[in-house]
Amino acid sequence: MAEITLVEAVTQALAYEMQRDENVILLGEDIGLNGGVFRATDGLYKKFGADRVMDTPLAESMLAGLAIGMAAQGLKPVVEFQFMGFIYPAVDQLVNHAARMRNRTRGRLTCPMVARAPFGGGIHAPEHHSESTEAMFAHIPGLKVIIPSSPARAYGLLLAAMRDPDPVIFLEPKRIYRIVKQNVPDDGKALPLEQCFVLREGSDITLISWGASMHETLQAATQLEQQGVSAEVIDVASIKPLDMDTILNSVAKTGRAVIIHEAARSNGVGAEITSVINESGLLSLLAPVQRVTGYDTVMPYMKLEKHYIPSVEKIVNSAISTLEFA
Amino acid sequence: MTIIAEFSIEYLQCLDKNANLVGDLPSFAKDNAQLINLYELMVLNRTFDTKAINLQRTGKMGTYASTLGQEAVFVGIGHAMKKTDVLVPYYRDYGALLQRGATMKQILQYWGGDERGSDYEECREDFPLCVPIATQFLHATGVATAMKYRKQKRAVVATGGEGASSEGDFYEALNVAGQWQLPVVFVINNNQWAISVARQSQTGCQTIAQKAIAGGMPGIQVDGNDVIAMRDCVNQALQAARTGKGPTLIEAVTYRLCDHTTADDASRYVPKEDLDKAWQEEPIKRLQTYLETEKLWDKNKEDALIKQCQQQVSQAVEDYLNIEPQAVSAMFDYMYETLPKSLQQQRGLADL
Ligand SMILES: Cc1ncc(C[n+]2csc(CCOP(=O)(O)OP(=O)(O)O)c2C)c(N)n1
Repeated sequence: MAEITLVEAVTQALAYEMQRDENVILLGEDIGLNGGVFRATDGLYKKFGADRVMDTPLAESMLAGLAIGMAAQGLKPVVEFQFMGFIYPAVDQLVNHAARMRNRTRGRLTCPMVARAPFGGGIHAPEHHSESTEAMFAHIPGLKVIIPSSPARAYGLLLAAMRDPDPVIFLEPKRIYRIVKQNVPDDGKALPLEQCFVLREGSDITLISWGASMHETLQAATQLEQQGVSAEVIDVASIKPLDMDTILNSVAKTGRAVIIHEAARSNGVGAEITSVINESGLLSLLAPVQRVTGYDTVMPYMKLEKHYIPSVEKIVNSAISTLEFA
Repeated sequence: MTIIAEFSIEYLQCLDKNANLVGDLPSFAKDNAQLINLYELMVLNRTFDTKAINLQRTGKMGTYASTLGQEAVFVGIGHAMKKTDVLVPYYRDYGALLQRGATMKQILQYWGGDERGSDYEECREDFPLCVPIATQFLHATGVATAMKYRKQKRAVVATGGEGASSEGDFYEALNVAGQWQLPVVFVINNNQWAISVARQSQTGCQTIAQKAIAGGMPGIQVDGNDVIAMRDCVNQALQAARTGKGPTLIEAVTYRLCDHTTADDASRYVPKEDLDKAWQEEPIKRLQTYLETEKLWDKNKEDALIKQCQQQVSQAVEDYLNIEPQAVSAMFDYMYETLPKSLQQQRGLADL
């Protein structure tokens, strides 16, 4: 079997589920004949036709609103927002309706929709194409926020998102869309949504990350190993709901943790994870939990973006200083 | 049954696709120097555009949105505007921007991923290029509200593509502009494509211009490959706006002869026959033919112009390539007027 990239794994999951369930319908801008600007829906228009791979007029509030209505009718809309930077016109619909429909109708109407969006920096894209605002959505009760970081997890988690009875924001780290290839059997097996993945076992320190930063985090772990440090690496993957058990178990073992995210520092998901570690794992800590993050600035344009994105070096330095804490 | 309201949409054209004069020339165009100036501006725009694509292809610049085939729209807008008016552009407006006083170097700088490209030295009130589709139309209504509040005889031009006319922000802008009779001119560059989505898949409306009706303002469709008509109708709309007669929506019908941006491959979805046909109607050739027929233009003048445009563009490219890089800490320096203490700390770490 051929190895596939993360974005191809997305296509594979969409195709599998469309084949299995005729209620799955894709909506978005340029997802039809063009196959999406990142080609995530490549070939699906040919295979499933214009009724199931719908190129819509250019309007994002419309996309989310349509999906909510379709979902209430029992369809399974999967919306592609072309870039996360253009999801904001849809925020009203997602926050005020998708996230609440089940609750406000006491389960009479529900919203089993998936909102996919490529996100994050590092591909030299123009303004507004590089932000990471997962914390905004994670803050909203009623939404789930999922971020895969490998082809296999993209496949399994997207299947799970499409089968989930509630709205899922599925954010795709576009910087690693094509960086790694993996063998991903097209077996239709979903991965669990409320679960972190331990990518590497270790005993000295826990490195916690998600999305594209997993890539640098794993490299940092390798470098640390060369310096005699055994790092455990966790891919959070399910930003909301968070699987704190896996994280707390790891911290109980290592006593030290560094959280790495590309998103701005303040009020980010890193703060939430730190807070739960403090609440439930404080006594196992041997050092304060550190964060390596983007700055609280507007995501710089491409000339400066590499200085914004957490580097391997910064992760290693942060880990060392955590280890050196008395 | 009684009809309680009826509407019509006018179509404006001065030169048909074969460069024959249709009706009378507008008065400004009776001045040959003006026509030649419009021609020169379009050629400069295209020379710049070709070079910019080249810079992207050779890795010296980021993604770039070409304006090929749509030069008349933006050159016409820039030519009709007064210095005191305000431009609220989208992202293909180079033909207008250059007349406003933004430089080629800065346009390259913007697409090259350097924020200083939007710090225009001359047109200080103009908005920067706008990527989040249709949001700019509402900014234009805000600028126009300020002008109206201060009883100024100025107006705003806001631009966007026909795809943008599907967004809520567009309709909201039309509605408030019509209700408050704001001094704003909306120009839709209907280049037939919103990336891969064709004009006929974008809206069931017969014209984009008629969307004006629901906003309570006149809507006009103009041949966007005819720079004379383009310049004339923006000028008339601006004069109406400046003198308290309210907003106008102009739909400029043209064709995107390029990829959507350098990140796109239009051959995946644009039918070749359509593209070939559109090339027959493109704006620069059209005006050139007319000028030649009128004995206002010849090969010598053309050669001299091309040479001059190329020199200007080469100079701009050289200036762009020699820009001193920004310090890493520059990403903090324009976040707030006063940098909060917590950010000062982050700024200190960033340069290390
Ligand atoms: C709110 C928003 N949604 C999506 C995009 C991605 N996008 C960039 S340009 C474009 C198509 C725009 O088409 P149109 O308005 O017709 O203008 P054109 O580029 O053809 O001149 C899309 C979908 C965006 N920039 N902003």
